[in-house]
Amino acid sequence: MDKYDIIGKSVPRNHTKDKATGAAQYTDDIKLPGMLHGRILRSPYAHARILNIDTSRAEALAGVKCVITGNDLPDIKFGNWRLFTETQDETGLARDRVRFIGDEVAAVAAIDKDIAEEALSLIRVEYEELPASFDIDTSLGKGAPIIHDPFKNNISVVRKVANGDLDKAFSECDYIREDVFNVHAISACYLEPCSSLAKCDPDGKITLWTSTQTPYMVQCLLASALGMRENDIRVIKPHVGGGFGAKMELRKWDVCAAFMAKKTGKPVKFTLTREEELATGRRRHPMRLFSKVGCKKDGTLVAKDLKILLDGGAYNAMGPTATFLCGNFGLMLYKYKSYRFLGQHVYTNNPPSSAIRGFGSPQSYFATETQMNLIAEDLGIDPIEIRRMNAVKTGDVIPELSTIGSCAFSECLDKVIEVSGYHEKRKNPKKGRGIGIGCYSFISGGVFNWFNTQYPFSAAEIRAFADGTVHLLTMASDIGQGSDTILPQILAEELGLKMEDIRITSADTATTPQADLGSWGSRVTLMAGNAVIDAAKKLKEILFGAVTAHYNLNVIHELECKDGRIFSQVRPDKGLTFGQAVALAQKFNRGVPIVTRGSYTPRGMGMVTPAFSFGAQVAEVEVDEKTGRVEVKKMWTAHDCGTVLNPVSVEGQLEGSIHMGLGYVLSEQFAMEKGKTLNTTFLDYKMPSALDMPVSESICIETYEKEGPYGAKEAGEGLVGPTAPAIADAVYNAVGYRCMDMPITPEKVLKGKKDSLN
Amino acid sequence: MKHLITLKVNGDDYTVACDSSRTLNEVLREDLGLTGTKLGCGDGDCGACTVLIDGDSVSSCLTLAVSCEGKEITTVEGLAKSGEELHPIQEAFIEKGAIQCGFCTAGMEMSALNLLKKNPSPTEPEIRTAISGNLCRCTGYYKIIEAIHSAAETMKEKQ
Repeated sequence: MDKYDIIGKSVPRNHTKDKATGAAQYTDDIKLPGMLHGRILRSPYAHARILNIDTSRAEALAGVKCVITGNDLPDIKFGNWRLFTETQDETGLARDRVRFIGDEVAAVAAIDKDIAEEALSLIRVEYEELPASFDIDTSLGKGAPIIHDPFKNNISVVRKVANGDLDKAFSECDYIREDVFNVHAISACYLEPCSSLAKCDPDGKITLWTSTQTPYMVQCLLASALGMRENDIRVIKPHVGGGFGAKMELRKWDVCAAFMAKKTGKPVKFTLTREEELATGRRRHPMRLFSKVGCKKDGTLVAKDLKILLDGGAYNAMGPTATFLCGNFGLMLYKYKSYRFLGQHVYTNNPPSSAIRGFGSPQSYFATETQMNLIAEDLGIDPIEIRRMNAVKTGDVIPELSTIGSCAFSECLDKVIEVSGYHEKRKNPKKGRGIGIGCYSFISGGVFNWFNTQYPFSAAEIRAFADGTVHLLTMASDIGQGSDTILPQILAEELGLKMEDIRITSADTATTPQADLGSWGSRVTLMAGNAVIDAAKKLKEILFGAVTAHYNLNVIHELECKDGRIFSQVRPDKGLTFGQAVALAQKFNRGVPIVTRGSYTPRGMGMVTPAFSFGAQVAEVEVDEKTGRVEVKKMWTAHDCGTVLNPVSVEGQLEGSIHMGLGYVLSEQFAMEKGKTLNTTFLDYKMPSALDMPVSESICIETYEKEGPYGAKEAGEGLVGPTAPAIADAVYNAVGYRCMDMPITPEKVLKGKKDSLN
Repeated sequence: MKHLITLKVNGDDYTVACDSSRTLNEVLREDLGLTGTKLGCGDGDCGACTVLIDGDSVSSCLTLAVSCEGKEITTVEGLAKSGEELHPIQEAFIEKGAIQCGFCTAGMEMSALNLLKKNPSPTEPEIRTAISGNLCRCTGYYKIIEAIHSAAETMKEKQ
């Protein structure tokens, strides 16, 4: 018999019927009476001083209801790293300076989109162009233009990690290798362009519907940006068409929509175009990684010295977190006696980089995993063996950070090697074919409270009804990853109910309990899941009391919720239906409804994460030696995500990761010319289509993570990490081209291949 | 200049006054309130706005509304028979886990319908080709392909 009734089952997702029929409402689908349409005027310069803005002609255009510039908005800076106010570097619109091509300069609200667009063309902005920097070398060089006053240089965030005596550790090494890796920017490519709709009540209170992953952060930051109180702002997250990290900040159109709604008294909606998204939207950080690793002759790793320069673009966005986490990703997979990390987040005049699925790990693991293959080759050791001998395991302590509560990394390696036939294929190579390996470890939510929330990290409220149903309220945000299904699934197991017995309301800051930090860093299943369990335990205590009293059970009886009943474990006949127990408890309460609240905040778990996931991936490729084109034939994945709560959901996340990882290494990149993005359509920005996807086979190695709900931890985000190094390794195996500068292009393959046919 | 046009959408006639520059996508979403059809790029690249016109799949973002006068338009809202009985394609998308964020779903389903009407027993490469103009960032397409296979089987059985 299964241990659980509903945990581990592929319960169909909530809301999929709405999505399948077109009934699901996304922000841009909402239309309010009298609604105005907003558009944003963007800077054509990468770096310039704003001398004057003349909006008079735009304001005079019939149908235009409001035109604003930076000086109309409060002079208050915002940014997600509230704990460090010096990192908060954005305002609702540019005030006196623009810092990238696309920087928001003015906003218009009009009775229709065409009029708003026409009004933009009537705004006259006088700029004084300033010297600009488009790469980290220029930004760090002598005489570099300073992108943000009053700073003395362009390094906005520095993170250092130092464990052990590095010099001594390197002196003990038989072999030392130094490499430099360069990785590029990609777009999150969520299908739903960003959209915000704000309404202002007559009393001045704002309601904002926005395509966000972090309604609570948007609420707090919007309040501060407008000089309002948090509770005067209500943020509602409708259905969100994907975010992948790039929708986790207060954005300028949120500020403009709210401000203009207040000013005009009418609802105002902004929806971005794909061109705006690709040309100016958040991107994965380009990085340069300097990695020096030392080991013994037998391959035992001893020391690692990692320096990473991140091209942050014009604003910090989520760059501080990426900088912080890169220091951890550098040592999460393998053990080193000593480790040193220096991360520097550098301003340039490129569009801002920010969080995108993996949060620094795809860049970091591309370097780590490629270098492991280089070391193995130099020392004549099997690439799998060198990983196995250095792999972290359950109980290992990551110095000053955390203890690994559960880890099946070695088992993942063994399994993926077995199913892929890695060794046989390496031994018997076929012309133009290659096989390669990449591995990862990832976090299950962050511990470091950079947002400086004053509330629990996650919270849940359960309202119980005498008809045997419950209502779960949580601020956790489903953006397509499935939390509106997983959280009710956890609750159903706890209370012995069915999915249809649970109503869920999520991600509305006015009605769901304070608070939740949002959907990022793979935090929701673990943190909001634990909050749901906490609330469920409190509810059960009340209902168990009612049943105990009803049957006058001895107080030592343990009770259980199952199949819609609550009963004594030793006397199952002594029990009530869930609804009867609720009715009884409510009577004891003299009619006061039965409501419980739960929360979760990671405590005593270091500074990084409560739980670590692991995995290994093998890629097989075929390289056309004449054209340099790489075709990925198959991907094999073995991963440890703790207990699998919903197999189809986990698979779906994993398969999506392969898509993003594949695009990252082979096809997606921005063509940039002096800060200007040249490929601003999906025709020119090559995101993989259904024809590009390889066959995929995956295996979950289940572990039990004691910090996670039912033993679960992160799934599907970290998996975007191993894909690029695995494919790059396979390409090397096929044609001898070792990619050190992402992405892999046919030109680079042709130039770098060793066994040329020509 | 505004034109008075009548569009036949999901079997019903709608008369709207619209500029000749307005796209079918704008009229469906903004005038008729049929917001199930999405707008992902506006360039005809992503397929999120796919609808059927006289049985063929088209990008509604690249189609002028005035050019659709007298034609039969089917949107995602016209797929299900009723609130209770879904189309086999919709059933399969739900059952196979082909829907995550859901923003590509309407377009994917319409492309699937276009395929299965013309080719009731498609091979996997044929399915991949049929949805190659529909982008999805969440699923890697695997479960969408599986769902279309499964829908094809169900639709054949029902015939």
